[in-house]
Amino acid sequence: MVKKGEWVRIHSIVLEPSGRAPKVPDDTRACPLEMWTKGFLQEDAEIGDEVTVKTAANRLEKGKLLEVNPYYTHSYGTFVPELIQIDKQLREIMFGGDK
Amino acid sequence: MALAKDYASVMGRSNEIMKKALGLDYTDFESGSVAFDYETLMKSTGYTLDEVAKIQGRTGVGNTPLLELRNLSALSRKYAKPGYGARIFAKDEAANPSGSFKARRAACAVAHAKKLGYKGVIAATSGNYGAAVASQAAMQGLECIIVQECYDSRGVGQPEIVEKARKCEAFGAEVVQLTVGPELFYSFLSILEDTGYFNASLYSPFGIAGVETLGYEIAMQCREYIGKDPDMVVCTNAGGGMMTGTARGLMKAGATDTKYVAASIDLTGLHMASDKQFNRKSCTTGHTGFGVPYATDPDHSDVPRSAARPLRYMDRYVTVTQGEVFYMTEALANLEGIERGPAGNTALAAAFSLAQELPEDAVIVISETEYTGAGKHIQPQLSFARENGIDICFGDPKDDKPGENIVLPKDPSYIKCKDADINRFRTSLIKKACGKHEGTPTDADLEFLALETKTDVAFVKEVLGL
Repeated sequence: MVKKGEWVRIHSIVLEPSGRAPKVPDDTRACPLEMWTKGFLQEDAEIGDEVTVKTAANRLEKGKLLEVNPYYTHSYGTFVPELIQIDKQLREIMFGGDK
Repeated sequence: MALAKDYASVMGRSNEIMKKALGLDYTDFESGSVAFDYETLMKSTGYTLDEVAKIQGRTGVGNTPLLELRNLSALSRKYAKPGYGARIFAKDEAANPSGSFKARRAACAVAHAKKLGYKGVIAATSGNYGAAVASQAAMQGLECIIVQECYDSRGVGQPEIVEKARKCEAFGAEVVQLTVGPELFYSFLSILEDTGYFNASLYSPFGIAGVETLGYEIAMQCREYIGKDPDMVVCTNAGGGMMTGTARGLMKAGATDTKYVAASIDLTGLHMASDKQFNRKSCTTGHTGFGVPYATDPDHSDVPRSAARPLRYMDRYVTVTQGEVFYMTEALANLEGIERGPAGNTALAAAFSLAQELPEDAVIVISETEYTGAGKHIQPQLSFARENGIDICFGDPKDDKPGENIVLPKDPSYIKCKDADINRFRTSLIKKACGKHEGTPTDADLEFLALETKTDVAFVKEVLGL
């Protein structure tokens, strides 16, 4: 169980595929418009329950409870060997002498 | 009675919501036909350039260094004919509190919201502007909500946008994240209506007035360090605010001979509202997918009339490829010792190529750098592209196909910006503007359209077949 007052992330469907704007491309229209936000859980709940949170801007928002203590995992990525080649090439052109 | 919150109802109240959320009635500036009074809209901020600089100065915004990129200038000269290869300078806007020039736009908008008594500010942005508004709201004690387009339908977030969300939250803002689609505007309006907060739009006159100090500083710093105005200023172009504000600021400083070049990454072929293509581009802004539609139809933004009108100011519009920009990003780190970008490096890649057209004593300024970090650094951007099936190789950027490959130039001689047909964009703006109104354009409309496109009445008449 997730306790009231925990910092959580919620998810909701803003528009079903049938309710999407007329101009969106077909691949986008096939999907719902989804939303995520974070806030303090307003009542004890289980993951997957419909809940209300109070956000950082003190707004109440409803959605399905996704995770507790959400955190970021974006990073500096994995190794890209081409970058070393660019570095070596630039150093050679600029400081490599009259070759 | 509670207001209906379905899509059609909220969109139907758009004008009313906007008026309340901006404290500005745009009907005051309308003529009833094609023309509107742009300069009166710009004056409606009530702030002079000097007052804007003071507002920004209170929160440490502006007065950023102008850096001469000596090694990149020297590298560019190796590919120019003798006596050619201009000096390249960069306005180091990463030095602003939120890490980009967007702090200038946010400082004015948030200060104005506070002056008018709003309790909070909202901005619809997936980019640096969110961090800028959140940073300013933190400093000025207002609530802040940022609404961003971040994920595709698989729930995969663009790493650069995820990083912006992190930064906004670090400044105490709420970040509402959405999947791909223009209906972001509906969510944005709905939250504006519910909260009664200020619409800190990128395209309000407050926002653009905030950029004028950037152009003004460029003129002053060039005069101080080099003894003359820049010959060319290159702006990364997306929504057009950078080009508009920078050029206006230089003009206010009395720079009359400077040429203005807009630069965007060519993403021709990718649809910006496509769920499947969302994560197949490796740049989230500064590309033609925003640059061209906003230049040719400025008034489709989140305000009734955009204060960003780049075709009024630009002399040329050039494009570069994603691979060229990535190469220049690495070159900036490896030859100048500064990690910046991605955004400003679009202008930098263009400037590297444009410098070769100008003599050695000419001066080119790129108008911005931005902070880099996890998610938005060149390495996560390239590794993310590779994970999404994009082929990364060395070769001739001419073979670049957005969404399929990233061709890193096999050596710096292959970095060549391409001139887009600016007259085609001018023609498009004139036709779109006239298409929104019935009847024959008036003389005032023709003069307005000439100003809108940096052309003359004869050009406008020819386009309209008059």
